[in-house]
Amino acid sequence: MSDLLFGLDTFGDVPEGDNGEPLSYGTAIRQVVDEAVLADGIGVDAIALGEHHRPEYAISTPETVLAGIAGRTSRIRLGSGVTVLSSDDPVRVFQRFATVDALSQGRAEVILGRGSFTESFPLFGYDLSDYDVLFEEKIDLFVRLLDEKPVTWSGTVRASLENADVFPKTESGRLNTWVGVGGSPQSVIRTARHGLPLMLAIIGGSPTRFKPYTELYERAAAQFGTTAHPVGMHSPGFIADTDEQAKEIFYPRYKVIRDRIGAQRGWPPLRPEEFESEIAHGSMYVGSPETVARKVAAAVKALGVGRFDMIYTSGSIPVRDRMRTVELYGTRVIPMVRDILAG
Amino acid sequence: MSTTERTNALTLGILGAGKVGTVLARLALAAGHRVLIAGSGDPAGIELAVSVLAPGAEAVTGEEAADKADVAVLALPLGKYRSIPAGALAGKPVIDAMNYWWEVDGIREDLVDPRTSSSETVQAFLPGARVVKAFNHMGYHDLEDGASPAGSPGRRAIAVAGDDPADVGLVAGIVDALGFDPVVAGPLAAGVRLEPGTPPFGANVGAEELRAMIARFPDSERGRAVISARGGAPA
Repeated sequence: MSDLLFGLDTFGDVPEGDNGEPLSYGTAIRQVVDEAVLADGIGVDAIALGEHHRPEYAISTPETVLAGIAGRTSRIRLGSGVTVLSSDDPVRVFQRFATVDALSQGRAEVILGRGSFTESFPLFGYDLSDYDVLFEEKIDLFVRLLDEKPVTWSGTVRASLENADVFPKTESGRLNTWVGVGGSPQSVIRTARHGLPLMLAIIGGSPTRFKPYTELYERAAAQFGTTAHPVGMHSPGFIADTDEQAKEIFYPRYKVIRDRIGAQRGWPPLRPEEFESEIAHGSMYVGSPETVARKVAAAVKALGVGRFDMIYTSGSIPVRDRMRTVELYGTRVIPMVRDILAG
Repeated sequence: MSTTERTNALTLGILGAGKVGTVLARLALAAGHRVLIAGSGDPAGIELAVSVLAPGAEAVTGEEAADKADVAVLALPLGKYRSIPAGALAGKPVIDAMNYWWEVDGIREDLVDPRTSSSETVQAFLPGARVVKAFNHMGYHDLEDGASPAGSPGRRAIAVAGDDPADVGLVAGIVDALGFDPVVAGPLAAGVRLEPGTPPFGANVGAEELRAMIARFPDSERGRAVISARGGAPA
């Protein structure tokens, strides 16, 4: 388990200031850079920034923020979580991340996926009902671009390419690329078919129910003759000095955003007992460093994953509490999880 | 529980091999039923997923699942309901576990019309079948985590809505066998009380609480919109 990787993920939630009002988007973006710098210094292996197009989140172009982080960090991996490939252009995604890879001396990684939201489709002129063909064709092109050789490709969702060479090339010769999957069996199989690593988004319910998905990924890779890479998982969490403090800071802010999103999906408002149940049995890693470390270790062990990412922002959590959660994750949780798994 | 019939082993034909379809397949297999499951295309495309996620279920075409089923289960995206093999389902009980989910289905005015519940729309497309709404309101991960044997303390409940008392009893028996207390919500039209935006939507609770949530419908925002669109008549 020594090569187990730990990441922190955020969508760039806009934090509240001392008066409870949201800070500016600029402040929110610079805050993520500061958190990445802190994480880099205390042994967190990766940071992944999600692409969103909603008022709660400041980050719509993860790679631009990652470029800013690249100049101020030296070892942390710089990823997206996720890049909504269906409503983007594979050539441009490759070029932007290859550029981040150059700026960071090889630390860029792309996580391709659908994401939790769909705002990017109307925004960029795509029809949601074309989702499957958009993703299928674009990931096919993206995988070919990863070889960093001239590409000839044709499909229905973008212009054909005839022996097109794409720049810049990376120094390693291959951009680190994952696929984020929320639980669709066919997406797991597609990821294996392309020979890409799988990142499971486990955002509710018991993590162990995803065990069959890791098996499906491995069996599919064997069938396709591709490599089954270590699987990653990402889940929401928040760490404070005590369990009570963590819940007190996290719950009211999480509830605001959960209920706003829930109203758009037809869910009734979150109830405290549902929240408590997610912490106790589900996929919410909220509490003291000890509580969170025990829970992370149990999930990592149960699923046999090689990487655990915690989404460390959910709602308008104030800056000081976010910095504390990053600090406790790097200095306390990660070493404790390693100890538990070694013992 | 008086409406619950004890069900012997049945052949369930599940249309949809995604998250919900594979979870229901697993629960049905555990309950001793035979399960045929179909995706949107060639069964070969889902064979691997089915063999890992629901070992024992048989991957077949939609037509075959419908044709051979004692009871069919609709677990495909609601927006694709017109792809359901209507002819093969004639004369059969059909469990509708689907919901309108705009992030998958796209914006579909026909599926949110407050004057018609989505299960009635599905029933209209399947004139020969007898549609019963069930398993729609609980998230697929709660279905997976929450199934427990009859009589377990804190057992979760699933609402059932349908017109024919015999079909409702049959489906209630299946709900029970799969691991949940059935709660009869009324005729198929009352399925509107279980749709997205209503109090029970997403509910992972026991029977008593589920009944109370269903009863709160007229006071919910969606309930008021439905009642007003129907000229004041509650569902």
